[in-house]
Amino acid sequence: MVDIFGIDALSVLVFAPALSALLVAALASLVPSKQLGRWAALVLSLLIALLSIQVFFDYQAAGLAIGDEPFIITQDSVWFEAIGARWTLGIDGISAVMILLTGILTPLAILASWNIDDRANMHLALLLLFETGSMGVFAAMDLMVFFLFYELTLVPMYFLINQWGSMPKSGVKYSGRFYASTKFMIYSFGGTLGMLLATQLIGWSAGSFSIPGLVEAWPTFREGQALLGIDVSAVKALAFIGFFVAFSIKVPIWPFHTWLPDAHGEAPTAGSMLLAGIMLKLGAYGFIRLVIPLFPDVWLTEVALIGVNVATLFAILSVVGIVLGAFAAFGQTDIKRLVAYSSVNHMGFVGIGIAVLAQTYAQLWTGANPAADVQSAIIAANGTVLQMFNHGLSSAGMFLLAGALYHKTHTRELADYGGLWVKAPVMGAILLFTSFASLGLPGLNGFVSEFLIVRGSWTTYTALTAIAMLGLLFTGGYILKGIRAVLHGPFNLRWRDTSLELTRAELVAMAPLIALMLLTGLYPNWILPMINTTVSTIFAGLAS
Amino acid sequence: MDFLNDPNALPWLIPAGPLLAFLIITLLTNKSKLVPASDHHEYGGHHPDYDGMLVPVVARYSRVISIGVGMCGVLAALVISWVTLYNASQLHHIGQEVLASSIAWMDTGETAFKMGVLVDPATVIMLVMVPIAVLMIFIYSIGYMAHDPRQARFFALISLFAGAMLTLVVADNVLLLFVGWEIMGVCSYMLIGFWFEKESAYKAAIKAFTTTRIADVVMLLGIAYLYSLTGTLNYRDIMYNPETLDMLATTAPIIFGGWTVSAASIIGIFLIIGTVGKSAQFPLHVWLPDAMEGPTPVSAMIHAAAMVSAGIFSLIRLYPLFAAGGDPHHGVLTEPLAFMAVVGAFTALLAATMAVAQNDVKAVLAYSTISQLGFMMAALGIGAYIAAAFHLITHAFFKALLFMAAGSVIHGMEHGEHHVHEHGHGHDASHHPDEGHHFDPQDMRNMGGLRKTMPVTFWTFLIGGLSLSGFPIITAGFWSKDEILADAWLGVQNYGSGAHGMVFIMLALAAFMTAFYTMRQIALTFGGEARTEAAKHANLGKGVVSITMTLPLIILAFFAIGAGFVGVPNDFPVLNAIFSPEYNAFHHLTVEALPLSEATAAFSSLPDYHAKAPPFNIIPVATSVLVALLGLWLGWLVYWRKPLKAGQRDPMENFLGPLHPVLQNRYYLDEIYGRVFVAPSQWLSAQIISFLDRGIIDALLHIIARLFTWLGDLVKVLNLWLIDGVGDGIPIAIFNFGGWLRRMQSGRVQQYMLLILAAAVAIGIVLVLSSGAALAQ
Repeated sequence: MVDIFGIDALSVLVFAPALSALLVAALASLVPSKQLGRWAALVLSLLIALLSIQVFFDYQAAGLAIGDEPFIITQDSVWFEAIGARWTLGIDGISAVMILLTGILTPLAILASWNIDDRANMHLALLLLFETGSMGVFAAMDLMVFFLFYELTLVPMYFLINQWGSMPKSGVKYSGRFYASTKFMIYSFGGTLGMLLATQLIGWSAGSFSIPGLVEAWPTFREGQALLGIDVSAVKALAFIGFFVAFSIKVPIWPFHTWLPDAHGEAPTAGSMLLAGIMLKLGAYGFIRLVIPLFPDVWLTEVALIGVNVATLFAILSVVGIVLGAFAAFGQTDIKRLVAYSSVNHMGFVGIGIAVLAQTYAQLWTGANPAADVQSAIIAANGTVLQMFNHGLSSAGMFLLAGALYHKTHTRELADYGGLWVKAPVMGAILLFTSFASLGLPGLNGFVSEFLIVRGSWTTYTALTAIAMLGLLFTGGYILKGIRAVLHGPFNLRWRDTSLELTRAELVAMAPLIALMLLTGLYPNWILPMINTTVSTIFAGLAS
Repeated sequence: MDFLNDPNALPWLIPAGPLLAFLIITLLTNKSKLVPASDHHEYGGHHPDYDGMLVPVVARYSRVISIGVGMCGVLAALVISWVTLYNASQLHHIGQEVLASSIAWMDTGETAFKMGVLVDPATVIMLVMVPIAVLMIFIYSIGYMAHDPRQARFFALISLFAGAMLTLVVADNVLLLFVGWEIMGVCSYMLIGFWFEKESAYKAAIKAFTTTRIADVVMLLGIAYLYSLTGTLNYRDIMYNPETLDMLATTAPIIFGGWTVSAASIIGIFLIIGTVGKSAQFPLHVWLPDAMEGPTPVSAMIHAAAMVSAGIFSLIRLYPLFAAGGDPHHGVLTEPLAFMAVVGAFTALLAATMAVAQNDVKAVLAYSTISQLGFMMAALGIGAYIAAAFHLITHAFFKALLFMAAGSVIHGMEHGEHHVHEHGHGHDASHHPDEGHHFDPQDMRNMGGLRKTMPVTFWTFLIGGLSLSGFPIITAGFWSKDEILADAWLGVQNYGSGAHGMVFIMLALAAFMTAFYTMRQIALTFGGEARTEAAKHANLGKGVVSITMTLPLIILAFFAIGAGFVGVPNDFPVLNAIFSPEYNAFHHLTVEALPLSEATAAFSSLPDYHAKAPPFNIIPVATSVLVALLGLWLGWLVYWRKPLKAGQRDPMENFLGPLHPVLQNRYYLDEIYGRVFVAPSQWLSAQIISFLDRGIIDALLHIIARLFTWLGDLVKVLNLWLIDGVGDGIPIAIFNFGGWLRRMQSGRVQQYMLLILAAAVAIGIVLVLSSGAALAQ
């Protein structure tokens, strides 16, 4: 893998954004020009994006086959010896895709906030700081490092919403952004408290925080081994709950989702883009990287009262999210909240894919069902990771467009728009394209991953998959409702003298998203083999 | 891949032309100039009041170039299709040999999903029909949309539409079929709502997309299920492979296990539901009549060449799956076949009854489309595979013709209406543009006598109408309809099959009504004398508009007659000597798309797909001749012989009495759906947000938050009370600390970040100490 002046690429990817953030923030006091700060942030983030693309293709060039060790560790050094945590960075096919997504979305978010004048440099610095956090999560091969970066992403996001969120609506004294940011922070912190505990428990018991090592060692910690006087199975259950709640909040899995519409609704455009595009993926990534391999036996535990195991419960909650998320989006009158609920709907598919993966992995690992349908699980897992990537593209695009509209009209009410296509033909065309990508139109990216997930989950959760179709139907409902309200109908003459067309920066930011949505829809195999190899290797290891 | 020299790879390029045209027009050549909205003529009259605004109108050069690009795209598709047809004809034995090419498209574990193209007999018949019909629609659109301010966008969208249809036709697997299928859905959504300012237009667009999507999500499940059982979606691997078909027909289903059905039946019904939506069958037919809100070329595209044909085409493609486990030629229907027979026959009759009571010239055609698609569906249900395919092709030609001729009529009527304004013929105040005129150029009651002013349109419409009615011997519609009835009769005669009997009776009835309402339409539109001033002056004018709008009609009229002669049964008296001396050409070709008899003989679950054509029998032939002539004669008697006078009531209203409004209002199905499905969904959406998310989940969180705030307050009070007791110095310190805290909450991000950093360090120290302590133990 490529290195930069002798420093390994992943370390650069993790630290360069933070250093860039410092530089951009410092520029504010050195140079009065905001334009310089913007260009500095853009150029630096673009360099980081180039590096992330390079890392992605380097991993691809490594030419790993199914069955090869999927991790490429680029850095492993002593870090926190007292507790056994090491500074370990590495990637497999799944994290390479996420790093690529993070690298691409950050400069686009910076472009989308080009017209922010209020403390512009600090705004951009926070976006870059967020990038450090996400890169760190995706590259971390040590549980402690993972946790620290996971928490780090909260800080910039909180301030982005709290300080640069939407203006109060007319007639209301306080903007909803204070409520939204507080809710976001408390929700997330509440979730990660348990995760911190779980991280500590695991590290303590295993004596190491190395993720590949824990995947080997932790699940085989058997019953009866006392730990601080507590039974191991109790410790495992506690640790599982800690991770489960934290990641469920992040994904978000119903009913842990109510922070999301508020946070999205009030966040500035760039904040929404990164929140939906990257932050939600941290939760799903956490499930795949940690919760499934570390707790295979717990996933098969029967849940009291309900009579199904944890994995099935997770699938049920995901499907509830798919259906109710679509209904809720359909019922919105606020464009950003509509897009926000669409995330609940789309990430529900990620949820059901994770459930299939967990169920099959656990059955194979525990030997409860050696004949589990591996092929379906691989397809579901491929779809899940691809859906994470795809949702990153389309939700970022949707929020960019919603933000662009809000910025120009200062209203998010769907009823205030109407017939805008006449005055903004380019915006209209791009909104249609992005909406249909989000809807899962075949030929565009979302369809491929949704089809893989539906196909993969059909054999494991047949009835649930069928119910999820109801959500897919209403996805059409809310997307068309949004298009109708913004573009169709008689023109609202209130905007007669308002410029509604996308600005140049917004157009430039949309272009790569559109290209990637189309490319992934037409030829998913540009990215899928990497995911497929890693996923297949996970299962190949179980079979042997 | 060597696309040009490899006959197997060439079909990839068939959809490429129109798709490329879409991209080029959208990205490059669609350029508008801004003109004041008050310029009524430039903006075509399809806009609400853009008061004092500049509105975009496509620039003249852009209009010309975009049309050129669109035409090049579709011409390329036509030429490559013909070359492909030639290549296919060079195959030794098409069916057993095919043109095919594929690439690894999507990795799934050790294997990959392959995406590719396939030219087999089913593709061949579509490649004959689709490019020609599409080309005619394109030519027609040059004239029809000549004054539209967004003609370049229109050409982009119909290019995409055509490209999607051709993709669907050449696809070698169900997934690619679904891709083309859905893209067409989106194109129809955009084109139905092309005049997006109009409420009726965007509502119809949303209705079309949503209704078909209901069916599509079910179809998606069917595809997923098929894929999970077979590990492939390739037609040849499933539909031409008796082993796979046998496996599907003998496997127990994963759901509905309580029923004694096979997996093939469940998959089949799921896939058929997709077509019920796309090909507008009951109960999902409601979108299609509304779809005429789009410009007329779009109606021709949707109703004839592309969208609805795609639904039936997919059934033809998947037919071996539906029939697996049954034997329709011997009266044994599987669940999917029975489902198709019932839905198709019922829809054919239901839609025909609704068509009788319509006054909108396009609405009659819309309902006749639904009805004719029902014919095809029912035909497939009783195993009349060839007849269904045949009717699909002939219907596409004469229905495209009828829609475009109807479009000509509407255009002519608008022209006449315009003429009346300019020259002050109309003294009716309501015709004044400032007061919003209510004149409906599509209402047949406003027409009459158009045969005199629009002769070409009249004669071509007549040919199309006769073909639709199944006028004996000379029209294409007769041959294809007759073959369906012949197949149905065979089942009744030889095996006493009830399903075949039901289909026979219902289709014969529907055919009778078809002939009647078609004659009614022709008479109301073209017969008698003009009932309005506009009708008196209705014409297409001269020049490009007139030529481009009439030329396609003439060409399609040729097909509306000639297309039938490729499928004349080879035992039909007299005519077989001229048209099918050796064999029935259409039958001979199309049957090769099905698995060979020798291959299926080894599997008891599978029927003999290669069943022979029904032998000549006078009963079905006499029936189809009789119903067609009787219907036409009755229509002629009521509407042509005694033409309707202006303001006179439609004789049907008297005849049908209270039933008439029920038929005219489509059995009130739209209203019922609105009450039963749409309104509850909207109510539910509102409830989920206000009740579930805010009322329960958030309320719970807020209670917890209150609790902690209250606890915090309690501690604070306790502290104050305690500290008060301790002394005076500390309260002052607290006060100062509070002041410092207040300064902290200045909203300055830098300070917050500093604080977070400090907190992080503190937490880190605690961690180190505690872990150190743990290690020391």
